[in-house]
Amino acid sequence: MAQHLVDLVRQTFPAVVLSSHAQHGDETVVLAPSAWLEVHRFLKTDPRVQMDMLADLTAVDYPDREPRFEVVSHLHSLSLGHRLRLKAAVGDSEGEVVEIATLTGLWASANWLERECFDMFGVKFVGHPDLRRILLYPEFDGHPLRKDYPANKIQPLIPFRDVDNIEKVAPFGVDEGMSFGRQTHDRWGKPDETN
Amino acid sequence: MGELTGNSALRTETLDAGEGAGFATTRLKDLLSWAQKYSLFMYPFVTACCGMEFMSVSGPRFDFSRFGAEAPRFSPRQSDLLWVVGTITQKQAPILRRIYEQMMEPKYVLGFGTCASCGGFYDNYACVAGIDKIIPCDVYIPGCPPRPEGVLDGLMLLQDKIQRGDRTPGIVKPRRDPASDQNMGVVTLRRNKEAAP
Repeated sequence: MAQHLVDLVRQTFPAVVLSSHAQHGDETVVLAPSAWLEVHRFLKTDPRVQMDMLADLTAVDYPDREPRFEVVSHLHSLSLGHRLRLKAAVGDSEGEVVEIATLTGLWASANWLERECFDMFGVKFVGHPDLRRILLYPEFDGHPLRKDYPANKIQPLIPFRDVDNIEKVAPFGVDEGMSFGRQTHDRWGKPDETN
Repeated sequence: MGELTGNSALRTETLDAGEGAGFATTRLKDLLSWAQKYSLFMYPFVTACCGMEFMSVSGPRFDFSRFGAEAPRFSPRQSDLLWVVGTITQKQAPILRRIYEQMMEPKYVLGFGTCASCGGFYDNYACVAGIDKIIPCDVYIPGCPPRPEGVLDGLMLLQDKIQRGDRTPGIVKPRRDPASDQNMGVVTLRRNKEAAP
């Protein structure tokens, strides 16, 4: 559906496009991260494309790949009606240096989308005016959507009430209530783990 | 209120240890509880989607003002019932704790919806699995979101507890058991084929 966009990007930035694929209308272009801002600016300003909406900006963690993270952006044109997905692979395997250019200069919605991406994955957007956590509290340790963050780990901001049997409060008995919820059973992974 | 004889009822207001509950003091306590339960000033601490259901419960169809719980006071200093409506995240938890601590005794807490009662379908790094991990809760209303009738049941349950002076937490259960009541949920959409225009 938007194959002409893929061709246009390949034509305009031949050195930067690493690959592209499409299936049932989701045309995707994989770029080198150094040209992230350039390509997005082209897609926004070029009159044949006119991508005036940044629909989504997120990342995916592939711990076995090098670079580890893949930042994904979805663009949509409200005037011309076509969509495109752009990806760029960034980051080292420890997740220490994960940087890519910010898109806040082009679309204002990128501000919070990038903050969420930073909060969940630790991707730093160079040039972002206010890069801080958005869902979690600022002192939270780690980035939860990374694959190496333990699934059961909970970091309460204030200590839970010191009440007997806090997981099951009367009138719930042992047989009632959520027997399948992780938070009631292995709250910090193992009972002897300090957290 | 029964046989309150002149001033003696008011003088016996303070209960000394061992004197227990004389007749007049019990009646006075009942009176105070009755007044309390029908004049709950609530603080709707609304965070998420349950707020939509809260709005519909406060609307004219499923009115909760007919239970006396009409006046929302958006200040903890002026309210005695804290409705925790919606998901509480770890970031929001200290705020909820602070609001609860600012309220004056006697105060009650109603956990509206499953997110407030037990964490709901969230079992993750961001959400608190139930407000009772942070503040004591008196009535839990399950549902995602709860039916307005369920909310009113919860309110009536709380009022019952206030009347009896019972502080043990309670949970709203469905009035009819769907397993035993086979006709529950059968809806007749059209009466007769001939009657349809």
